[in-house]
Amino acid sequence: MNTLAEKYPQDIKRILAKYPPEQKRSAIMPLLFLAQRETGQVSPEAVQEIASMLAVSTTEITSVMGFYTLFHDHPGGRYRLQVCHDLSCALNGAETFLEQLCRHLGIEEGQTTSDGLFTIEAVPCLAACDKGPVFQLQGDGEIVYYEKQTLESAKALLETLRQRAAGEVTP
Amino acid sequence: MSDMAMLNSGAENPVDEMVLLRHRNIPDIDQLSVYLSNGGFAAFEKAVREWAPAKVTEEVKASGLRGRGGAGFPTGMKWSFLPDKIWPHYVVANADESEPGTFKDREIMEKNPYQFLEGLMIAAYAVQAGTAYIYLRGEFWPVAQKLDACIAELERAGLLGSNLLGSSYSLRLYTHLGAGAYVCGEESALLESLEGKMGQPRLRPPFPAVAGLYNKPTLINNVETLTNLPPIIKNGAAWYRGFGTEKSPGVKIFSLSGRVKRPGNYELPLGATFRHLIYDLGGGIPGGRPIKAIMPAGASSSLIKASDVALDTAMDYEAVATLGSTLGSASVIVLDDTVNMKWLLQKTLAFFRHESCGKCTPCREGTYWMSLIADRMASGKGRSDDAALLGSVAGQIKGKCLCPLGEFSLTAVQTALSLFPEDFAA
Repeated sequence: MNTLAEKYPQDIKRILAKYPPEQKRSAIMPLLFLAQRETGQVSPEAVQEIASMLAVSTTEITSVMGFYTLFHDHPGGRYRLQVCHDLSCALNGAETFLEQLCRHLGIEEGQTTSDGLFTIEAVPCLAACDKGPVFQLQGDGEIVYYEKQTLESAKALLETLRQRAAGEVTP
Repeated sequence: MSDMAMLNSGAENPVDEMVLLRHRNIPDIDQLSVYLSNGGFAAFEKAVREWAPAKVTEEVKASGLRGRGGAGFPTGMKWSFLPDKIWPHYVVANADESEPGTFKDREIMEKNPYQFLEGLMIAAYAVQAGTAYIYLRGEFWPVAQKLDACIAELERAGLLGSNLLGSSYSLRLYTHLGAGAYVCGEESALLESLEGKMGQPRLRPPFPAVAGLYNKPTLINNVETLTNLPPIIKNGAAWYRGFGTEKSPGVKIFSLSGRVKRPGNYELPLGATFRHLIYDLGGGIPGGRPIKAIMPAGASSSLIKASDVALDTAMDYEAVATLGSTLGSASVIVLDDTVNMKWLLQKTLAFFRHESCGKCTPCREGTYWMSLIADRMASGKGRSDDAALLGSVAGQIKGKCLCPLGEFSLTAVQTALSLFPEDFAA
């Protein structure tokens, strides 16, 4: 297993340069994002490495991880579909959309499909209140918004993602 | 990138020339060359070359600009609180936009990023900060990518870096992503988060202006507030006061959502009426249904019961207060007659319970219990005294929280119970 320092030397340098040298702790969150870029979760080894890099305890790293909802210490699907179910979206059908999406994938909110590809999560407001139903897709190191969604448009996206994943194993 | 294109608001704005949403008038203004050829950075250049920092602050004070993040505090006065005996100073742009119903800062940063960055640079010059951070909510990862590219472009153009425009002033800008916590929109929690800690609010005083980021004097302004600065410095305070009302001068972006035909961001002078926004611009309620209530400040609003008087009220800081509510960040959520207040409280309380940071007891326990009671009521399993119990818990939270999040959790509760008792009849 490669360390973060071996895999991302340039990114780490760029992140540390943002903060005063005596305030390296500010780099905890950017480094956690870096650590979960590929697999969608932060490994215990990465926690250890970030702690020693910034000279803070692992407890402090894990308390930060636990506080913020975008950091994950357990495996989820390769793609996390995070559906806003907050007020404005709910007034425009987000709850029904979420139910339909879960039923289509045969899972409940918070669960992952058996092929390990998709996790469905209900999340708070994504600041796209005029374009609900909306979800963000977290995966492959990116976060992308999908707005004004229907079950049909979401199904089409899921199919595209399935093909992307399949294409990697049979080139 | 095709998804980026979808971020364009569908809303049409009737005002001819935008002050903030200039991308609706000028295509490709998110390109530096286009921004520059449309007067971009003239204000920053004027400030750095011709004006002392204090003069910039005086001009912003004279403009009457007030914080657009929700509190409405006079911007220039906030700048003047930074002591000149403690250095360095920092500036932080609050781009945590997380209030349910608010989506204006995202449009600004996606579509008109250089005007926002120029505003941030003007604020940094005014308080003589050499480093400024843009704190974005983690979900705005694509926005941060875009801003990083813009910042690199400004560095190449010599507009950011050392000894800017031949002066002794130097400035660096950095983006910093949060990771999913509403409370980080509160400025002391934001600073904790930027320091690599859990985003829990600090006890105040001291205020961030005196002891903020890394315990140094720190100015925190909202994205929209900062985006107002280039036109103010370029055209002058008197010009800016030509918009809006005497006590609430200027323009504001109203994020309209909920049960309206044409939701979206609308830039209007402060003081435009709810009726104008909801009916003339927003097209009214789908199916022509009656409007029941308005939440003018997102999920943390005190509800306004719809009436002709309410609809004809001016949307400015003072007039909205006369309706027992607040303008806040002007995130106007429209509720029609099909919305039951039990359901509404179930939604808002689930949000605040989820987002409570857990530091102070009234908020941590209070949002938990209020949400539990609201769930019970909304699912038809409510007890006969649940409405009274909910009101009682809200009353016990009020005035006892460390930061505004706790207070925000109960404004909808208290106003829904008092304005719409029929919705809670057992």
